[in-house]
Amino acid sequence: MTSPQILGAPPVTRERITALMSRLTGDEKHTVAATSTLDVLQVLYGRILRVSPAAADDPDRDRFYLSKGHGPMAFYAVLAAHGFFPEDVLDTFTDFDSPLGLHPDRLLVPGVEISSGSLGHGLPLAVGAAHALRIRRSPARVIVLVGDAELDEGSCTEAIEYAGGIGLDALTLVVVDNASSSYAVRGRIEQRLRAHGWDALRVDGRDHARLEEALSRRVPGRPNAVIAQVEDKAEAAR
Amino acid sequence: MSSTATAPAALSPRARFGRTATDLLAEREDLAVVIAEISAQHLEDAARAHPERVINVGIREQLLVGTGAGLALNGIRPLIHTFAPFLVERAFEQITLDLAHQGVGGVLVGSGGSFDMSGEGRTHQGPADVALAATVPGMVIHAPATSDEVEATLRAAAADTGLHYVRVSDRAQRTQIPADGAMHVLRTGSAERGSARRPPLTLIALGTVRDAALEAARALDATLLSSTTALPLDGAALRAHAGAEVVVIEPWLAGTSLAAVAAELDDAPRRFLGIGTSRTELRRYGTPAQHEVAHGLDAAGLVRRIREWSRPTDSPHR
Repeated sequence: MTSPQILGAPPVTRERITALMSRLTGDEKHTVAATSTLDVLQVLYGRILRVSPAAADDPDRDRFYLSKGHGPMAFYAVLAAHGFFPEDVLDTFTDFDSPLGLHPDRLLVPGVEISSGSLGHGLPLAVGAAHALRIRRSPARVIVLVGDAELDEGSCTEAIEYAGGIGLDALTLVVVDNASSSYAVRGRIEQRLRAHGWDALRVDGRDHARLEEALSRRVPGRPNAVIAQVEDKAEAAR
Repeated sequence: MSSTATAPAALSPRARFGRTATDLLAEREDLAVVIAEISAQHLEDAARAHPERVINVGIREQLLVGTGAGLALNGIRPLIHTFAPFLVERAFEQITLDLAHQGVGGVLVGSGGSFDMSGEGRTHQGPADVALAATVPGMVIHAPATSDEVEATLRAAAADTGLHYVRVSDRAQRTQIPADGAMHVLRTGSAERGSARRPPLTLIALGTVRDAALEAARALDATLLSSTTALPLDGAALRAHAGAEVVVIEPWLAGTSLAAVAAELDDAPRRFLGIGTSRTELRRYGTPAQHEVAHGLDAAGLVRRIREWSRPTDSPHR
């Protein structure tokens, strides 16, 4: 159950993903905000996660929980590119009867593991998932993606303290950091995680080799985090 | 194991939750108990026997429910427990989004009821738990009233795959009924002399008000119905036994179940009265029994309130 590369399907290149995103947005070019998660998602589905449409119910599949549910275009495009649902579904984006809304719904979209939208829910759910994998003696891991401002939520603090405290090493947290938290201090996210017993690395969120290396990293007895640094939201908006 | 030396019937409802959870953990490998410090003393044996399936997240209620939901998403049936207000009020969004919206089930076990911990004050009291839980799509709400009913309810809820809220109160009742979701007839009032019609006054007791309601039903010559399930209601039994005046008695916010009862009883014109805890904050300590009197939930209070309200001569069934 390695990453999917469907026979006869075009390879999942950056160009292919952005072309699929255009079917969602109608735009040929995509803003930095719309692509903040794109490189992380491309690396996760292309090189890291052991998931495929054919093994969607495999109890030993890796879990990817997109907790930061807003701006899901890149996520939908990556899932379509990897064959989780037909590409023409992308053309229905936000229609009344479309499975694809502005926040993903796991009951509507194949390949989506959690429904998200309200911030601060994915990390506690991933803690439960990591416990379930441990109970089932599964070799799978759970990777949860949050935005830097999402870490403002108290529920994230609860999960960070607890997961570090018990050493939940099936859990990986990816923080896409575009400095959107109102009281952000650069470098504090990894300090905070390390203080609670996590392994934490900050890498260039656009550098696929560095992302792959960091996302492959596992530390026995510790949850680990990858802080993917992308362009600041405020600067990107200018 | 010390707790297993105690006869189950002698355990308080809350201790019986601990005992039943311990047994279920031994019986099923795909079941886990998630707690937030509360009731850890009732789960010590279980935590020793199944350290990976008794999960104590510390004093973190959002994480409590989120973790339980994450287990459910991955095939482990969760029992999720803390005091009622911390569970249902503090972590309400986690109940709606992490469980119901994700389309997964679980067994939420809230203890303490409306005033088991009367001496602790308002912060440890959960009179709104049933009203809030009733807004969650698909939620089945149970209010077992004896230690045996607690065990039967928990076993049935754990065996199911859906979303359940089990309200465990230590105001255990003497009158026991099967914990099967059905509405049971505990007393039948006398029909009007010379008439085949149903007696007009019908009391419906939900939760730990059954003994007082039975005493009141005797004093008022009323029919008394009771169920361990507060939602969904056994509509067929309600329609079969309810008269023209219907009183819903529940030891949580007054009126909580009134709309659901009325919706089931839309087959004839009737008058309805809801009796429960007051929306006005009591700001008193003391004992649970004193709180029952203060809210008019003791037998004398029920009789007084129902007599004031009842107008049997206006009854459309007469």
